[in-house]
Amino acid sequence: MTTEIRQKLVVFTCFLVTAITLIPVVMMVLVAFQSDAESMAAKPSFWPSSWHPENLTRAFDLVPLGKYLLNTVYFAGGTTILETVTAALAAYAFARLNFPGRSWLFGIYLATLMIPSQVTLIPQFVLVAKLHGIDTWPGMILPHAFTAIGVFLLRQFFLGIPRDYEEAARLDGANRWQAFVRVIVPLAVPAIATLAVFKFIGQWNNLLWPLIISNSDATRTASVGLQVFQDTNGTQWNLLLMAATVTTIPLIVLFFLTQRWFVRGITMSGLGGR
Amino acid sequence: MAVDTVPVTTTPAIRQQAPPRRSRETLTAWLFILPSLIGFLIFTAGPVVAAGVISLLNWNLFSAPTWAGLHNFARLGPDPTFWSALGNTVYFTLVSVPLTILVSLALALLLNQGLKRIAVFRSLLLLPYATITVAVAFVWIWLYIPHDGLVNTVLGWFGIDGPSWLISDTWAMPALILMSVWKSFGFGMVVFLAGLQAIPQQLYEAGRVDGTSPWNSFRHITLPMLSPALFFVVVTSVIGSFQVFDQALIMTNGGPGSRTTTLVMYIYRTGFENYDQGYAAAQSLVLFAFIVIITAGQFLFQRKLVHYDN
Repeated sequence: MTTEIRQKLVVFTCFLVTAITLIPVVMMVLVAFQSDAESMAAKPSFWPSSWHPENLTRAFDLVPLGKYLLNTVYFAGGTTILETVTAALAAYAFARLNFPGRSWLFGIYLATLMIPSQVTLIPQFVLVAKLHGIDTWPGMILPHAFTAIGVFLLRQFFLGIPRDYEEAARLDGANRWQAFVRVIVPLAVPAIATLAVFKFIGQWNNLLWPLIISNSDATRTASVGLQVFQDTNGTQWNLLLMAATVTTIPLIVLFFLTQRWFVRGITMSGLGGR
Repeated sequence: MAVDTVPVTTTPAIRQQAPPRRSRETLTAWLFILPSLIGFLIFTAGPVVAAGVISLLNWNLFSAPTWAGLHNFARLGPDPTFWSALGNTVYFTLVSVPLTILVSLALALLLNQGLKRIAVFRSLLLLPYATITVAVAFVWIWLYIPHDGLVNTVLGWFGIDGPSWLISDTWAMPALILMSVWKSFGFGMVVFLAGLQAIPQQLYEAGRVDGTSPWNSFRHITLPMLSPALFFVVVTSVIGSFQVFDQALIMTNGGPGSRTTTLVMYIYRTGFENYDQGYAAAQSLVLFAFIVIITAGQFLFQRKLVHYDN
């Protein structure tokens, strides 16, 4: 097989595989624009025979989708900011400062990495309920804002930053805090951004925790909201999938904007091998 | 007699009273850790311990708990739903993890064939990973509509009479698995791609000089060099699939019967629909034990199969 034919075959296969992979996403958007009758017909059609962009406003009228999306931004944004800031601070101490008990404390952090979130689910719920945190933002955000994984990932990265950089700043009279803010954090932006993107996507996706803690429109997130959509209106596929599209698009946009970091973060953390 | 040999240059009055360097560093370290540590103790470490205590209680959240001892663990034995949930979760894991790995690896190998527009294809293939599980779960219900849904229409082109996927005893779980593989292969693909691109090309060139077949160079160069990435993806996929919840709740709600009730869904039902918190906590600890055993097993296995070049 010549290289040219081989190359064409590779490109063709890539096109084919990508096309098949994207079918569900394309269908979500196409059905979102179908008429009520067409989307609920016993024999589903794929290409809309007439386009109904007004489905967008109808979806927003049927459920407070805008509010749900804003709530999702609060929930995902709040957990992400808290997690990134506290994890960066702690990771710095674990990577750079000497103190008695450092290794055992870090060991405890590490040990909790393997614990499935379902183990902490019930006690967290009980705790939030006792503190009257059901359906409040602190109740939604705080339990998901401090995880060991962030500390672990950032510590890994900080360990790789040459000590000389920081020592130079220290000799110039910078204290630990200044060295952290002016030297370490700027150098670690790709790693911190990777953690933030991972966390944000994860929490935008989170269904179980908002399902348990949020019980009104005040805190209900989009992933829970989609369910309410189905419950209250039967399965009106065009509006449901319009809502699903609207809920998914911000995440896809964010993902495309930050993918370079994301891919680089995976490479840098050494997960890909060397 | 000054123990500290570092000359004190600024604000001597304060410096003299400051504690020696070592304990100051300790203090600084604790200040850095404190925000994370407080949250970690309250919301992670504390709840883990509390889960152990709650599993020993009879408690419906509303009335005062009573001591149950190991009763909640004893209840697991004769509970058929628990065992079928465990079986379903194991079935899901055993099929979806190898399938996801195969698809991710195949696509990473395909994208690594010296393609010019690799970034475009990589982004598009990552798209399912960037979607919301709940939202795409609804799309998949629609694709799986019996008779005339897209999946069965395509099968019809090949003369196959497709099943009623999500309401079929046999096919509901494979339908969930197919959707889950579609949703998650992108992550593995990126990790493998990073791994493949880190393999030194000289290794392949040396192989070519020796006349090694493509299959043999895959087996003897690519696979060993990729084994750390493979190990990482296997471990995280197994942990993830043991916790599968969202798509099962939306697409089948555990049915038909309890054919697709997963362990996490059963824990959710027990705790938050039947308000049997003690029993739910006991189940979550058993799930934890399973994950620890399986992960530990994988780490032992890793020593034999994963090659790190030190």
